[in-house]
Amino acid sequence: MSRLGLVYLDNAATTWPKPAVVRQAMSRFLSQSAANPGRSGHRLAVEAARVVYQVRAALADWFGAPDPLRVVFGSNATEGLNLALHGLLRSGDHVVTTGMEHNSVMRPLRALEEQGVGVSVVACAADGSLDPAAVQACLRSNTRLIAMTHASNVCGTLLPVAEVGALARAHGALLLVDAAQTAGLYPLDMQRDGVDLLAFTGHKSLYGPTGTGGLIVGARVDALRPLKQGGTGSASEREQQPGFLPDCYESGTLNAVGLAGLLAGMQWLKERGVESLRAHEQRLCTQLLAGLAEIPGVQLYGPADAERRTATVAFNLAGCSPSYVGQQLDERYGILCRVGLHCAPAAHRTLGSFPTGSVRLSLGVFNSQADVQRTLRAVRQLSQEVQH
Amino acid sequence: MNEHHAVLLMISTSHAVRAEALLRKAGLNCKLVPVPRHLSSDCGVCVQVAQRDVEQACPVLQAAGLTFELHEL
Repeated sequence: MSRLGLVYLDNAATTWPKPAVVRQAMSRFLSQSAANPGRSGHRLAVEAARVVYQVRAALADWFGAPDPLRVVFGSNATEGLNLALHGLLRSGDHVVTTGMEHNSVMRPLRALEEQGVGVSVVACAADGSLDPAAVQACLRSNTRLIAMTHASNVCGTLLPVAEVGALARAHGALLLVDAAQTAGLYPLDMQRDGVDLLAFTGHKSLYGPTGTGGLIVGARVDALRPLKQGGTGSASEREQQPGFLPDCYESGTLNAVGLAGLLAGMQWLKERGVESLRAHEQRLCTQLLAGLAEIPGVQLYGPADAERRTATVAFNLAGCSPSYVGQQLDERYGILCRVGLHCAPAAHRTLGSFPTGSVRLSLGVFNSQADVQRTLRAVRQLSQEVQH
Repeated sequence: MNEHHAVLLMISTSHAVRAEALLRKAGLNCKLVPVPRHLSSDCGVCVQVAQRDVEQACPVLQAAGLTFELHEL
């Protein structure tokens, strides 16, 4: 339970609270080195540029990227996904995606489809899992890209990135992974797993602030069309956009204070131990799933096994709309969750919960067993009320 | 500083701070300084190294795939 007496179970939207060191690093940055990174030559500008570089280097190291300068910052994972999809795909190309995607993948793809890009959506099983053979069956001679999430934002199902990465390599296609739900706590290595483009967010499992995220561009990717043009602080004599990484995709001043916070979040995760934090979440997830499964009227979505999923749990309670459950949990019990379609209509169709949606309880590293017990008591009580 | 220096003009500040990190890791002293106006109209920073370190510094940056222009001052 948080200091405010709340049980925060909306960590898949953004993790909360953030470690105190994140706030402290941002405050220190604002008071001591908050000049514009990459725009001037004075000491505060250089210091800010060093901080930004440290975050690039930390992310490259974390995700097995070939070079820190291939880490491109934007406002969030959505911007990274848009850069990858709009930057790479052209009319006549074919792209394969999955039936578990968030709209941050689906909407750019549907827009590209109108511009002549072929889109195949591989069906997933009812628990959200993906069979790599089904991806293989969709590949065509003009398949340029496979775009997939690492884990469902609705029900936590982990998708087999490394297996699909191997398929993409064998076919000569590129692999884009949406790591919004996993980046930080779940292992992902671009070189080992064959990931060419990795869209990440800083404000979920990397425990940084909102407004941080972007795209890591692997060595097999030549050039992406930039989403925007503008000042980069480099090649200033030219009125054309520079062609080198990362500047070509980073026009405009970066969120350096947010990145300073992200660096602190990543260092905090390393100090606390990523594996033990993940194990903590998995233990709580197992307890939550087991407890919910015993409550009359509860329908669970996604895999039962905590090893095959993140700590994001989706359920419905018979006789109640998701919004009713969410409101009761908030107003009567101080339990904060997210209900509805979670920006992922495709995933809800796969799970059989479209158009109603579901209640999503997403755990974070600051949750406790007491939080899980309080949540189970609340859902049990709601279940009893509906049945009588 | 009476020593002779050289500057390495990088294509952007991101590249300059990466160069600085790599050179320091290789045990070489360097300093980020504003780009001398007579060398470039760019408004950012470049990497200053001692003339005697140039031979060691260049291969470090080349190995990392960094593009630069060497100017001896």
